[in-house]
Amino acid sequence: MTTNSPYEHHEYDVLIIGAGGAGLRAAIEAKQRGLKVGIVTKSLLGKAHTVMAEGGMAAAMGNVYSEDNWMVHFRDTMRGGKYLNNYRMAELHAKEAPDRVRELEQWGALFDRTKDGKILQRDFGGHRYARLAHVGDRTGLELIRTLQQKVVSMGTDVFMECKVLQLVHDSSGRVAGCVAYWRANGEFVTFSAKAVIMATGGVGKSWKFTSNSWEGTGDGHAMALWAGAKLIDMECVQFHPTGMVWPLSVRGLLVTEGVRGDGGVLRNSEGKRFMFDYVADMFRAETADSEAEADRWYDDHTAGRRPPELLPRDEVARAINAEVKAGRGSPHGGVFLDIATRRSAEVIRRRLPSMYHQFMELAGVDITREAMEIGPTLHYIMGGVQVDAETAGTAVPGLFAAGEVAGGMHGANRLGGNSLSDLIVFGKRAGAGAADYIAGGDVANGFDQGEVESAVREALAPFTRENGENPYDIHRDLQEMMQANVGIIRTASEVEEAITKLEEFTERVQNISVKGGRAYNPGWNLATDLPSMLTVSKTTARGANLRKESRGGHTREDFPGTDVNLAKVNFSHSITGGWAGEITTVESPVLEIPAELKSLLEEAK
Amino acid sequence: MAIVESSTKVELGGTRGGPDVPTLRQDRWWLQPVVTVSILTAFVIYSTWAAFQNKNYFVGGRGIHELISPFYSPCVSNQCVPGSGTGFAVHTWAWMSPALLILIFPLGFRMTCYYYRRSYYRAFWWSPPACAVADGHSSYSGETKFPLIIQNVHRYFFYFGLVFNTLLTYDAIRSFHMNGGGWGLSVGGLVLGVNASLLWLYSLSCHACRHLCGGQVKSFKAHPIRYKFWKFLTPLNAQHMKFAWVSLFFVAFTDVYVRLVASGAWTDFKLF
Amino acid sequence: MTDVTMKVWRGDASGGAFENYSVTQQEGEVVLDVIHRIQATEAPDLACRWNCKAGKCGSCAVEVNGKPRLMCMTRMDTLPEGPVTLTPMKTFPIIRDLVTDVSFNYAMAEKVPALLPPPMPEGGYVMFQEDVERSQEFRKCIECFMCQDVCHVIRDHEDNKQHYAGPRFFIRTAELEMHPLDTNDRREFVREEMGLGYCNITKCCTEVCPEHIKITDNAIIPLKERVVDAHYDPVAWLGRKIRRKTKMSSTEAAVQPAP
Repeated sequence: MTTNSPYEHHEYDVLIIGAGGAGLRAAIEAKQRGLKVGIVTKSLLGKAHTVMAEGGMAAAMGNVYSEDNWMVHFRDTMRGGKYLNNYRMAELHAKEAPDRVRELEQWGALFDRTKDGKILQRDFGGHRYARLAHVGDRTGLELIRTLQQKVVSMGTDVFMECKVLQLVHDSSGRVAGCVAYWRANGEFVTFSAKAVIMATGGVGKSWKFTSNSWEGTGDGHAMALWAGAKLIDMECVQFHPTGMVWPLSVRGLLVTEGVRGDGGVLRNSEGKRFMFDYVADMFRAETADSEAEADRWYDDHTAGRRPPELLPRDEVARAINAEVKAGRGSPHGGVFLDIATRRSAEVIRRRLPSMYHQFMELAGVDITREAMEIGPTLHYIMGGVQVDAETAGTAVPGLFAAGEVAGGMHGANRLGGNSLSDLIVFGKRAGAGAADYIAGGDVANGFDQGEVESAVREALAPFTRENGENPYDIHRDLQEMMQANVGIIRTASEVEEAITKLEEFTERVQNISVKGGRAYNPGWNLATDLPSMLTVSKTTARGANLRKESRGGHTREDFPGTDVNLAKVNFSHSITGGWAGEITTVESPVLEIPAELKSLLEEAK
Repeated sequence: MAIVESSTKVELGGTRGGPDVPTLRQDRWWLQPVVTVSILTAFVIYSTWAAFQNKNYFVGGRGIHELISPFYSPCVSNQCVPGSGTGFAVHTWAWMSPALLILIFPLGFRMTCYYYRRSYYRAFWWSPPACAVADGHSSYSGETKFPLIIQNVHRYFFYFGLVFNTLLTYDAIRSFHMNGGGWGLSVGGLVLGVNASLLWLYSLSCHACRHLCGGQVKSFKAHPIRYKFWKFLTPLNAQHMKFAWVSLFFVAFTDVYVRLVASGAWTDFKLF
Repeated sequence: MTDVTMKVWRGDASGGAFENYSVTQQEGEVVLDVIHRIQATEAPDLACRWNCKAGKCGSCAVEVNGKPRLMCMTRMDTLPEGPVTLTPMKTFPIIRDLVTDVSFNYAMAEKVPALLPPPMPEGGYVMFQEDVERSQEFRKCIECFMCQDVCHVIRDHEDNKQHYAGPRFFIRTAELEMHPLDTNDRREFVREEMGLGYCNITKCCTEVCPEHIKITDNAIIPLKERVVDAHYDPVAWLGRKIRRKTKMSSTEAAVQPAP
């Protein structure tokens, strides 16, 4: 492939954008297929948001409960996702996760062990059996470090602190690479590749209270959409029930679900375990109806039914929201998460070391003695780039997507622990999919320099404007607006207002001016992130407006129930005319579940 | 410019940020080195003085209520104070105090001790004086060259230390043997006993000990007994610094006590 | 709410100086919050590196009042009265303001030979909790590189970067050396290639570790003792000669086939 790029230029077989769990796992796969692989990441290698995952990765290995198997995991995932899932992704995920987890041990991962030396598995919300392979409460760190070290040992090129602006096509619409800039010096760089894998993670930074890191600006969602791919289920945004609420400085910071898995319970200001009042009919049969029964379950899952604290995240988050609204919240507007009275200090420190330190150092709270104050925080987007389950391929030839940026796997709500296993199952599949695509031979044969030039022009525009807006002001306003209008509970009027306001934000972003030079300039970096944030927010608002029901991570105050007809559709978005262009949203049918899998969903109660 | 060999190119000698000053710390970082220098210097002066005294290190005789200073035990010269000798003479030079030969071993153990190394590299050698405070030297080769490469013999001093601990324990037991043939305890006996115990704690909490007892094995599952040892020693090891200081003070104190009793300035009271 | 003066280093490789910012500090805030407020108001181009703001990614290490700290885990109300000095990590070359070029660490990471496990048995490896715990401690490392920054061997002696890997890579080597599945013998590597002998165990790495990893006691000293076993101890050497054993770790790898 020839290019006459005036910028630093690199050529790869497979270019991976994002160095979190999915990106790194894809890199390993592509590399093992003998391809030349490059990884581009917006921050340093090993800092990706994957490190924030705490509780574990779900895989039906049956090490703790031999009754567990992929069929139960599949059923749990579909039920948790309120059947909006791409069933094939859920099926592949449930089947392949155990092998993906075991394989990590060959590369150095060290999970906590059972007495007989197998990988220990922990209970989590929505999972019928203890299923999460984990290392204390830092499983994400273990995953990223393992994959990072494997990637480094294979000699893969990693472009760190390099922000991708836009994908580049060839003349026939295949993906041919991308244009990026180095954060360190602000110089542009282009990459041509036969296949590009999008693995950029989530979108949380468009909301005010989020557990997401700086990087979660939806770059991959937006770039894929701009390049011609489709986004689905963007209204399905997960609010994790337990984020810190105080001090304000750390509001939104994640408190792992492992606290509840290990015995922690939720109480309101009256000291009541209120979750017993919020068990939806769908889960009543398998949820304990007394504290005594729930407490028996922790030691032996056959001695009682599950505690209601371990319902799927959407259920718990809504319950907390309702308690606070009813005036039974904690002093800082959350509820209490109590493990201090339930487990010994020694057990708490051993099982939840990061949580212990997080509260001790940031809030001055000793969780072995006091209850934590927690409330919902934006955590994850179920929606994302529509992909083919087998190959992770998108609607654009040569473009693949895996991890949080891909949609479909989790439906309307993701179960805790299914995210890390999603990364490694579909990271590998994306790497293989890209390799197969390249092996097919029909790959990009050009590199549209015009797209590069327009992206560069747009990125540099803020330097040419005088007295424009400060990007930080726009970002803050956007976060407050999204939190208020497209938060955990939504109504028509607020969502419609959001859609209008997002158009105003689009104009404001086109009037940003940036101070200083291009070298490591966070103001400019933010200015180049804002188009992605706006694009993603628009699709979320549009989806939230159209889905006139409550399902999983999408709750409508004006439509509190589910709608059987809407269970059959995903809202699919596409865009024309660049980031500020016209978004079109259509209904796309949810994949029909084959009969033999359907029976799995129905038989198990 | 030199380059670190790897596919990630690292050019050395890049410009560093921040002002060109030895440290920006405003806390009292110098306090710890000052305390360390003061205590260690005082100890060295006292022990040198005591070692050259060559008298007042032994009380008693005939196996009854004997107290011997740890600086002089075991007395292996033919010049020993009557009753204190082991009957075995390594040297016969009258000019050489028996203590000098003995002190080499505990001194060597403490000099090569991982904890004391940390302290004196910081306090005496300023390498570095405190964390994030500039090194006092323009070049640095650590423990890679002679003489500091000798620090690697620490475990041998540890072995010798065990021999001395055993002898000092024996000394303490001898001090429990009272007039009239029975057993009893005097303040001096208690001092000797505590001294021996502290030295055991200091030795057992040693990093080399923790390694040799269990740390060196690859699989604890395959070596359950060594794992038990290691589990027992690990919390002790965490207290190594404390034992290093307390046992140092107490060894000097024990010598002072025996010296006072032997010189007649103090009476060793019998407790029971 | 109180006002506080932040003395922040601004500059790049061509030079720099402190710039003072007066900001309002709110209850419970950490240093990074205050920096963000400065960026959002007075100095949008103030460079600092950060990601998670939860003490889990290790991106925001700088020197606060002369000592390496994570900005996201340093509460303002724990700092002494008076202006707060913020400078970039001293050991690494500056990129801009509070951001340094930490590629030295990535270069060192490449040098570490990968885990060399035996083939995986059907059903996965069997390892026991007591055997994984030692290495698990070192795998808590978030790679903030503050131990590297504070280590005087490279902080004060640039030339040592050629033959000294630093505490981060000693815990990495210790992790592999104690890893139940690793069959490599890494003792000569850590002595020769990583420069373990340069460490004079002054323990500053342990003092600054935000994960409270006992770097010196649990990794560096055990490695030094293992190097003594392999290289300096005549009796151990003789013992190996007699028992015709040259590698300890390969033969004792704690791998047992799955039942």
